[in-house]
Amino acid sequence: MSIRDRLSGNEAIAIAMKQINPDVLPAFPITPSTEIPQYFSQYVANGEVDTEFVTVESEHSAMSACIGSEAAGARTFTATSSAGLALMFEMLYVAASSRLPITLACVNRALTGPININADHSDSMGARDSGWIQIYSENNQEAYDNFIQAVKIAEHKDVMLPAMVCQDGFITSHAVENIELIEDAAVKTFVGDYSPEDYLLNEKDKLAVGPYDTVSFYLEHKRQQAEAMINAKRVALEVAAEYEAITGRKYGLFETYKLEDADTALVIINSTAGTAKDAIDALRNAGKKVGLLKIRLFRPFPKDEIAEALKHVKAIAVMDRAESFSAAGGPLFAEVRSAMYDCAEHPAIVNYIYGLGGRDVRTTDIESVYTDLDTIVESGNIGETYRYLGVRE
Amino acid sequence: MKNKAGTMITTNISWHDITPGGMVYGGGTAASFKTGDWRTMKPVFKADACTQCLLCAPVCPDSAIPVTDSKRLEFDYDHCKGCGICFKVCPFGAIDFVKEEK
Repeated sequence: MSIRDRLSGNEAIAIAMKQINPDVLPAFPITPSTEIPQYFSQYVANGEVDTEFVTVESEHSAMSACIGSEAAGARTFTATSSAGLALMFEMLYVAASSRLPITLACVNRALTGPININADHSDSMGARDSGWIQIYSENNQEAYDNFIQAVKIAEHKDVMLPAMVCQDGFITSHAVENIELIEDAAVKTFVGDYSPEDYLLNEKDKLAVGPYDTVSFYLEHKRQQAEAMINAKRVALEVAAEYEAITGRKYGLFETYKLEDADTALVIINSTAGTAKDAIDALRNAGKKVGLLKIRLFRPFPKDEIAEALKHVKAIAVMDRAESFSAAGGPLFAEVRSAMYDCAEHPAIVNYIYGLGGRDVRTTDIESVYTDLDTIVESGNIGETYRYLGVRE
Repeated sequence: MKNKAGTMITTNISWHDITPGGMVYGGGTAASFKTGDWRTMKPVFKADACTQCLLCAPVCPDSAIPVTDSKRLEFDYDHCKGCGICFKVCPFGAIDFVKEEK
C-alpha cells in the first residue's frame, strides 16, 4: 500500500532518507537545502533512525566525512546547495575516483556572483565533470523517487559511483505537493543492505583507499572510472524497471512529452519542464505540433537515445538554466547539439539561457520560444544560436 | 601489489585489471616502496662509539633504524631519506652525516 501525503521537495527527500535509514549523514546547512538535514536531525533526536549524524564545520568537511564513512563501509548521505556544493568541489572528485557510492541531495541554487539564493543549475552544472551520477527531478514526487533509485544505482557493483539527485531550489524544495510514498519496509527491501566488496572496517582483508597514483597508472584508473559511468546508464534503466514494478511509476533516461510527432521541441531540466507541459497542452489545442524532452539522467549523458528521440524534429530549443560563459551557449546545449551531430539530417538547434537566479518562467515565456522555433522552420534561417530568454533589453 | 585475481600490478596492467580507485589490498605495503634513492645526505653508523642509548631509533620519521633485542642495527638504507635527525640527536658522535655518493 502506498501512502498519500502532502510534502515539500525537501521533506520528501528527508523522508526517503529516513526510510532508508543510512549509517552516516554528515551535513552543513545551506539555503535552500537546509531543511533536509534539519528534518533528518529530528528523526535522529526522536530515535526514528539510528544514523550517525555528523555536524561539520563546512561542506568541504561534510564531503570529507562522507568519503571516510563510505570507505569504511557505511552507507552515507548528505545534502547541499550552491556555494556548499562548490566548497565540496575538491572532495567530489575524490569520492568519485575512490568509487564511493555516496548519495547527495542537491537542491539547485545559483552560485554567488552576485549573491542569490534562488534556483538555477549553475551549482550542479559546475560539478558535471566530477564523476558523479546526476539525476534531475521535475517535481517533489520525482525528487523522492529519484533519491531512492539513485542509492541503488550508485551502489550497484558495476557502477560504484556517487550520485547526486537534483531538484529546483524553492520551486520544488519548498513548494508542497501531493505525493505518493512507498511504505518504509518496501523502501528498505528495494534498496537492500549496503555490502561493498572492499571496505576499510573489514578486519579480515586489509585495505588502503585513495593512494597517490603515478603517471603509469592514473590513465588506467580514469578509463576504469569511465566504464563505471557507461554502465550506470544500463543500471539506471534496470533499477527504474524494478521501481516501476513496485510503484507503477515509470522512469527512463529522460521523459518525452508529446514528442513523437512534434515539429518543434524543447529540451529542459527540472521544474520548468512542468511549465512547458502546460504550454504544450495549450499549443496542441491550438493545433501546434510541439513537444518536450526532459532530461533525467545528465551524467551519464544518454547521447544516442536523445539523438534518436529528437532526430525527426525540425527545430529544437535547448534550455539552459546555467551560464557556462563559453560565449557560445550553455552546458546542456553543447551536449545536446553534439549528440545530434551523428544524425543524417540535423534539426535546427538553438540555445536559450533562462531563469538564472530564480527568474520566474511562465507558460507565455515557453510559448514565445515555440514561436521563435516556428519562425526558424518557416524561414529556414537559424540566426543566432546563443540566446537569452526573458532578459530585459 | 596484486589485484584480487592475484595478478601483479605492473606498468603493463590493463585498465580492466587495475584495482578500483587504486585500492591497495593487504597491509604494511609501505615497506615494499623503496624511498632510499631520494637521499642526498646519508647517516653513517659508527658501532664502536654507540652506547645503545636508543635515542635515535624513535625519532626516525621513516622507521629506518631497526631495533632488535634492545639494540639498534645498521640503517635501513632502502627507506632512510637522509633527514639527519638521528645525527642531531646522537649524544655520542656515533652517527656521521655525509654526502650521499651514488
